[in-house]
Amino acid sequence: MNEKLHYWMLALPALAVMIVFYIWPVLNIWGISVTEPSTGLDNYTRMFDSNAVRVSFVLTFRIAAVTTIMCLLLGYVLAYTISNFATRVTPLMLGLVLLPFWVSVLVRSFAWIVLLGRSGLVNDALIDTGLITSPIRIMHNELGVLIAMVHVMLPFAVLPMLTNMRGIDDSYVKAARGLGASEWRAFREVYFPQTLPGVFSGGLLVFVLSLGFYITPALLGGGRVMMISEYITYQIQEFLNWGLGAALSVALLVATALVLLVAGRFVNLRKTFLERG
Amino acid sequence: MPDPILSVRKAVKTYGAFHALNDVDLDIREGEFLTLLGPSGSGKTTLLSVIAGFTPLTSGSVHARGGDISRLPPEKRGFAMVFQGYALFPTMTVAENVAYPLRVRQWKRQDISDRVAECLDLVQMAQFADRMPSQLSGGQQQRIALARSLSFKPDILLLDEPLSALDKKLRADLQWELKALHDRLGVTFVYVTHDQEEALSMSDRIVILNDGQIQQQGAPDDLYNWPRTEFVASFLGKSNFINSVVLKGADGTLKAQAGGHEFPIEDHNGTAVSGETCLALRPERIRLGAPGAEMFEGRVRQISYLGERCQVLVDHAEFGEILVSHPTWHVDIRPEPHLNVSFGWERGACVPLLSA
Ligand SMILES: Nc1ncnc2c1ncn2[C@@H]1O[C@H](COP(=O)(O)OP(=O)(O)OP(=O)(O)O)[C@@H](O)[C@H]1O
Ligand SMILES: [Mg+2]
Repeated sequence: MNEKLHYWMLALPALAVMIVFYIWPVLNIWGISVTEPSTGLDNYTRMFDSNAVRVSFVLTFRIAAVTTIMCLLLGYVLAYTISNFATRVTPLMLGLVLLPFWVSVLVRSFAWIVLLGRSGLVNDALIDTGLITSPIRIMHNELGVLIAMVHVMLPFAVLPMLTNMRGIDDSYVKAARGLGASEWRAFREVYFPQTLPGVFSGGLLVFVLSLGFYITPALLGGGRVMMISEYITYQIQEFLNWGLGAALSVALLVATALVLLVAGRFVNLRKTFLERG
Repeated sequence: MPDPILSVRKAVKTYGAFHALNDVDLDIREGEFLTLLGPSGSGKTTLLSVIAGFTPLTSGSVHARGGDISRLPPEKRGFAMVFQGYALFPTMTVAENVAYPLRVRQWKRQDISDRVAECLDLVQMAQFADRMPSQLSGGQQQRIALARSLSFKPDILLLDEPLSALDKKLRADLQWELKALHDRLGVTFVYVTHDQEEALSMSDRIVILNDGQIQQQGAPDDLYNWPRTEFVASFLGKSNFINSVVLKGADGTLKAQAGGHEFPIEDHNGTAVSGETCLALRPERIRLGAPGAEMFEGRVRQISYLGERCQVLVDHAEFGEILVSHPTWHVDIRPEPHLNVSFGWERGACVPLLSA
């Protein structure tokens, strides 16, 4: 038996699972989108004509974009601190970054509801200190979704940047300073450009994951912030509108694929998704 | 002696209870090629980094001609440092790397490109201007790192084991080039190495460090011929050590008694005292002769042939094992194992060491 066959045999179980439970259903969805309720592109024309769909897509991309930017800003500072100021608490900080991976997204989202609700901890605290007199709305709106999304996505931004920064020797910045650059200038011109691959990787990861994210927006949005995944669920569960739901799924898939395609010109995708440290 | 271009005074650097530098005093003269030599962990990089401004001192100070610069950040000191790993900026081309210090200093565009071309010529790398650092070999990267450091005409160039990552042949070539560059430009070089041959062949002056302290400093031949301590004698080249009793004559001349004989010695360092003293003796300063021809009698144990010279181990009843480096072109005596020989040396071959 040749070696290639061996590899295929090893990959076969996983491949079979993928085909039966993933590829096949996805193909079915493509099928449904052009057959339900009648054969043709009706669902797609409806989708493109629908104002609600357009609003949801715009919202989805906006939330994904803002989440990405916030995660990158917060994550960059965090990753920079962890990798450049080695102290005794460094392992602890790293642990705190990784901790959310072991807690279900559902639990974390509910935790945010407890914090941000009308009589949640944040509102209570603000009222107790006298800063506000009646509860403010920080949940069931875009702000609430964003806060929770940034929290959920942060580790995905931090890890690629951390891996990248840990690989940058401190002699570069030292050399730049020795050659006359101020601390800030050395950071800007010598250190920062070297961290861009990590920034792109982290950003892309967060953006793509955010586009299709369901649990957190559904819980924190309370039906008022309808991102595209929730919109799809809504169509299918409430209106039994399988055709439109399927067409929307296809649209989301295509949109995500486009993002990856464009990003692939700037980022090493293989590295982003396969070699995360 | 003219004013030193840089002085380090009573420098102490501690990490916890550990002394990386322990009371170091050092003057660097303008235009000299100064080498910091010492075994691994002796504090060479620490001292260089203190001079460059990357490592703050625990106590003590660094002075330049303008005064105390201990608190000045590295970018204000005007020294350039070449790192062991070269530290070429990977996101910039070779030319941009060399231009960097000039851009920081806001030179005019035309001046920058002229100077970059000049510096790349200096290290014979003009044709590589548009490459990225990752497309260069180690030796080429080293040259670019040099060009980048020299481009802004720094007062002092600090080099931390710049050749240690290169293979032996390339190292030898670059040693010559570095030395030639130094002689041509007249820039002060402070060079760190743990390779004693490199230190001996390139330096105007060598400073030997051990355990964060300066053991001895001086011109290469001075250090080699007149080591003060056992550490220096054995770290810089090879030495035999002979226990003796030193006697000071009324006229100031020195004599040493060892192996049942008395012979004159010289005290170049002014460190000799009467009494028990360890003497250092270089293997190549020892003459071999037929039995009876020289002062001491011994027996050859082992020989290793090295081409122009051979290393001969001679057993002596009192001294133990004595290493002799014997010229192979010598016709009077051809040592071979178990041969009885005699050996001796000229006045000045034995150097009295500081007692530990
Ligand atoms: N940041 C630090 N924290 C603790 N100890 C340090 C630190 N930097 C250096 N040391 C210690 O100080 C001593 C001197 O270090 P240094 O790097 O100056 O040695 P070196 O002479 O350059 O050695 P090598 O030839 O191996 O480069 C070493 O024992 C080292 O372990
Ligand atoms: Mg070192």
